[in-house]
Amino acid sequence: MSGHLFQANNVVAGYRPDLPIIHGVSMHVDAAEMVTIIGPNGAGKSTMIKAIAGVLPISSGSVTLAGKDITRLPTHGMAAASIAYVPQTDNVFTTLTINENLLLGASSLPKAKALEQVGKAYDKFPALKQYRDKKAKVLSGGQRQMLAVARALLTDPHLIMLDEPSAGLSPLMVSDVFARLRELVESGVSVLMVEQNAKAAMAVSHRTYVLAEGRNRVEGVSSALAQDPEVIAIYLGAGGRKR
Amino acid sequence: MLQALADGILTGSIIALGAIGLTLTMGILRFANFAHAEMITWGAYMALGALALMGPFMAPLGALSFGLPLIIAMVIAAVLTSLLALMIDHLVFRPLHGRPNDMTIVFSSFGVSLLVRMVVLLIFGGSAQYYSNTLQIAVPVAPGLRILPDQLFVLGFTIVTVISLHFFLQRTRLGLAMRALAENPTLARVNGIDTRVVIRWTWVIGASLAAVAGVLYGLTVQLRPEIGFHLLLPLFAAVIIGGVGNVFGAVVGGLIVGLAESLSVFIIPPSYKLAVPFIILLIVLYVRPTGIFGSAHHAGAK
Ligand SMILES: Nc1ncnc2c1ncn2[C@@H]1O[C@H](COP(=O)(O)OP(=O)(O)OP(=O)(O)O)[C@@H](O)[C@H]1O
Ligand SMILES: [Mg+2]
Repeated sequence: MSGHLFQANNVVAGYRPDLPIIHGVSMHVDAAEMVTIIGPNGAGKSTMIKAIAGVLPISSGSVTLAGKDITRLPTHGMAAASIAYVPQTDNVFTTLTINENLLLGASSLPKAKALEQVGKAYDKFPALKQYRDKKAKVLSGGQRQMLAVARALLTDPHLIMLDEPSAGLSPLMVSDVFARLRELVESGVSVLMVEQNAKAAMAVSHRTYVLAEGRNRVEGVSSALAQDPEVIAIYLGAGGRKR
Repeated sequence: MLQALADGILTGSIIALGAIGLTLTMGILRFANFAHAEMITWGAYMALGALALMGPFMAPLGALSFGLPLIIAMVIAAVLTSLLALMIDHLVFRPLHGRPNDMTIVFSSFGVSLLVRMVVLLIFGGSAQYYSNTLQIAVPVAPGLRILPDQLFVLGFTIVTVISLHFFLQRTRLGLAMRALAENPTLARVNGIDTRVVIRWTWVIGASLAAVAGVLYGLTVQLRPEIGFHLLLPLFAAVIIGGVGNVFGAVVGGLIVGLAESLSVFIIPPSYKLAVPFIILLIVLYVRPTGIFGSAHHAGAK
């Protein structure tokens, strides 16, 4: 047993039991560490964090958080187990108001505590306050991303997993999102994020995993990997990949 | 004309009650549950059974044809209908959920509806029955408009139910969870919501509303095992007019269908009345398939 906050060992998972997409991937995240996952389209990055979040079943392997086995925990139990997940798409409820979205994020808390946490979320993300009673569908891409992150933080998780938090954002917004995540890490939260924006993500994160075809390909300290000729050739050449 | 309007509103409000339950379960469980109409029959007959056990028509309340026992019977019917819905969900729908072929579950709801109706027929027989033998005197409210006290009760009760449900959906955590589940089940679970619990409550609310609709319907017409079946088309018409998942829409849809049925007698022979909801349904599906209040994107419960 190692001392990592979060650990995934030889995880096998997919959308159908007979067709695994992830073929035994391992990774870990330490306390207050920021870790990036990169890889080509279809490498299984989203599938991997969906499996960790309990959205997809894990057919073999194990996942632990703070020494506790969470491999078979149902999705709705993850929040209480101190792990939060922001999906790649559809990560806010567009038919609900901003305030309702935040209240939902606190579903696993008692009501009084939930209201207190929602209040704190507005302090942390004051820009959301003016939209309090507006439907989330009126928000811009960046604002939605902010709401999704604010929602995920309501339970004060140890680990927050984000699937492409910078997707579709303007360059200015991208650095803003990464700066916010960096602040989170400094406050002691661990971050595991999938990113297309490999260069920028590696610049802010401690370590990086490269996945390809559902397997671990390369891993290491971000600053070192950013110098790796193979990684540069595949993922960092010509200003990063376009989809 | 005035009388037809009043009758239409009355029928419409009962259709609305049934349609609210149907729209909620359809929005959250994501399939067309044809057995919902039989919940109405089941509820109406469970109340009849409960009344028979209580020794029925003691002391009617004021001008109404029934007394407190009917209200108690209605509560018992709601509980028994909820139990039936939970049992059907556990035995039939849940095992079929998430199958690649979505039609399986819809067809199985057809099977279930036949089964429920046959059970009612077996227990209570096929002849018409009544909750009460008390004769009511219609009260003239305006020239050419007479209303039974029972009908006023039905209307008032429907309004109160719709308003309470609105507050429940808007103001409570369970209501919020139901709306979230209707839009995005996975995201709801990611937010820490145990969707199985929410689904159970959805069945309970939908079934209770169906039972109430059944009892209120039984107050205004005679009870027959086919009452639910005859409401099937009006219910679906109301739900689709209002947009699947939209409670307010279901109420408006119910009123439109009820009014169209009763006003249609001025244009077409009364024997074609039953075809009216079908025609409305066709028109809505053709002109605006998402319903009047349904958004093109999501069918979230409003
Ligand atoms: N809902 C789904 N059902 C079945 N297969 C899926 C589903 N989503 C993705 N896949 C398959 O799983 C594989 C991995 O997809 P995944 O979304 O995890 O890739 P990714 O690394 O996140 O790619 P991207 O960079 O495009 O987001 C792909 O082959 C894809 O076709
Ligand atoms: Mg992805």
